[in-house]
Amino acid sequence: MAKQAGMEIAFAAAEAVALCRPDVIAAYPITPNTHMPEHLSDIVAEGRLDCEFICTESEHSAMSACCGASGAGARVFTATSSQGLLYMGEIIPIVSAMRLPIVTALGNRALSGPINIWNDHSDIMSQRDMGWLAVFAANGQEVIDMVIQAFKIAENRDVMLPIFVNLDGFQLTHMVEPIVFPTQAQVDKFLPAYKPYAAVHPDNIVSMGSLGMPDVFNEFKKAQDEAVINSKKVILEVWKDWEKAFGRKYEPIISYGAKGADVLLLTMGSMTETASVAVDEMCKEGMSVGLLDLKLWRPFPSEEFKKAVKGAKALAVMDRAVSYGGTAGPVGAEIKALLYDEPDAPAITNYIIGLGGRDVTVEDFIKMGKEASKAKKGKPEKAYEIYGARGS
Amino acid sequence: MSIIENFDVYAPRLVDQEEFYAAGHRACGGCGEALAIRLMCKAMGRDTIVTNATGCMEVTACMYPTTAWNLPWIHVAFPNSASVGAGVESALKALRRKGKIADRYVQTVSIGGDGGTVDIGLQALSGAMERGHDMLYVCFDNEAYMNTGIQRSGATPFGASTTTAPAGDESFGKKAWKKNVTEIILAHNVPYVATACVSYPFDFMNKVKKAREIKGPCYIHCMAPCPTGWRLPMGDCIKIGRLAVETGVCPLYEVENGKYKITVDMLEPLRPVIDYLKPQGRFRHLTPEKIEEIQARVIMECNKIKNKVDSLQSWDELG
Repeated sequence: MAKQAGMEIAFAAAEAVALCRPDVIAAYPITPNTHMPEHLSDIVAEGRLDCEFICTESEHSAMSACCGASGAGARVFTATSSQGLLYMGEIIPIVSAMRLPIVTALGNRALSGPINIWNDHSDIMSQRDMGWLAVFAANGQEVIDMVIQAFKIAENRDVMLPIFVNLDGFQLTHMVEPIVFPTQAQVDKFLPAYKPYAAVHPDNIVSMGSLGMPDVFNEFKKAQDEAVINSKKVILEVWKDWEKAFGRKYEPIISYGAKGADVLLLTMGSMTETASVAVDEMCKEGMSVGLLDLKLWRPFPSEEFKKAVKGAKALAVMDRAVSYGGTAGPVGAEIKALLYDEPDAPAITNYIIGLGGRDVTVEDFIKMGKEASKAKKGKPEKAYEIYGARGS
Repeated sequence: MSIIENFDVYAPRLVDQEEFYAAGHRACGGCGEALAIRLMCKAMGRDTIVTNATGCMEVTACMYPTTAWNLPWIHVAFPNSASVGAGVESALKALRRKGKIADRYVQTVSIGGDGGTVDIGLQALSGAMERGHDMLYVCFDNEAYMNTGIQRSGATPFGASTTTAPAGDESFGKKAWKKNVTEIILAHNVPYVATACVSYPFDFMNKVKKAREIKGPCYIHCMAPCPTGWRLPMGDCIKIGRLAVETGVCPLYEVENGKYKITVDMLEPLRPVIDYLKPQGRFRHLTPEKIEEIQARVIMECNKIKNKVDSLQSWDELG
């Protein structure tokens, strides 16, 4: 039986990173993800991890230094949140285009303004189309598991893409939870040493980051899109390996009593656990309700998703970000588009919940679940609703 | 200045014949920057990794699927050559320590134009210098954003007409004086900074070689005339660089551990600045009064350096 330890999740994530033996970490502190670089710098200072820790003067430089280090063949990690991610923003699409497998833990936090340090998903959704892989953790155990998995996924020769491990700011970063840590030997066995496809070094001269003219740009983008789509195969394999090694199962969409249920709730991240309690309550009342926890955001698990909602009459999609003046929340819009061609798709209600740390309780999920169960297909009352906002 | 007769004739034989920056790149005819890079690479040698800011030298030298670089080279974006270099340097350190790459020293050189260095890249450069990475940063200064069409930068000189600081009835071109980034970097207490000019190739290459040997962050600010942006015939690049030095517009000096040293003697008296301004289309609108103003400033700036040469001791002597 592996040892279980109570630990703040950001610290635990840092410990998980250390188990992966990165060569270079470049980071800049930002709430609510500060504890991660802090604890990593502690681990390096204590001599527990042989790694160059670069505490940069900005997130822009943190991600840039990660590019340089990854380009030189190092295993690289960084962590950020919200405005920090936006400050990296110029570099984010370049990382994926250069196929640099940088693992980034994103402590999800609302984008300013008004300035707000608490949790929602507006940061990650703003970077949705940047060619990065993205997974969402629902609890501390998933955070550390996903951090370790992330290196194996990103560095796979058939993937070579950067990856965001999303963990909700405060709700996860600052929570103390019991966590099972794999041993160093187990991680070494699971995660092979990084062998870069190419690295800048005089022993093997390459030019990285060329100019792409219109005659090749289209092809670059198509190759990149295919790489993201094809990464799903590797992700599923890595998750299978993980289950074999550690016994914990990961799937693109985790069903909580969703099979055969009439009404489905869809959540991502830490709200999944609250929603699961609401589902239990509703089931006790005799409702036919289930929950889908979307773990894999990019690549989007389209086939798995269609299968997961098959037979359901109503689907409540919970978004954690606003697409101002758009057709729905970012997740809602994507799912509506996906199910458009499905003849028996459920009636979709799109709630935007928990913005900037607004609490969403079990009662709220019950209310939304009941309301969504009454939705009639083809007759939506509204495109989406920013749930619980006063003055509406 | 040279103590050997005909030194300039014999000196090229002292330079490495190997080319690390190949012909066939797409820079304009007479480009000072491309030549400066070629010289820098020769001085650096094979065991070098180059990080490049977006700019002329990046778009002209590495158009997929071709490359002019016969050294390992990485470009990520415009403002971050120094941070990418910091990442490369750190990776080399870690990977070498862990036995994952060959156990020998490889120097990281980050390069950028004046826009990518003194304006948008200044923060990244400052961070890298402050953290003390063992790297060299070389700014190739052609005094405007030439890649995007001659817009003014913080390094554009007073009075120059650019596409965003144009001369006109109500304007004499750029109203601000050139930002002195060499001094800003020196204020980071780095062991070595120097100015250079492509028209003085041995002075430049010697400085690059010196910086390569010095541990810690080093900075070289190399003037690289741009005939296209300066409105000059393409054959006049080297000539105008020499005039910049002879008039005192571009004094050549180095600062090692705080000790200033002039590396190419200043003419006594300096050649009149009008000799440098007149051939260039970017200064053609200047009135005699403005030229006087520039002349006074150039003399003052040269005197500032001479004053430092005379009065400042090396940090080793002070500690």
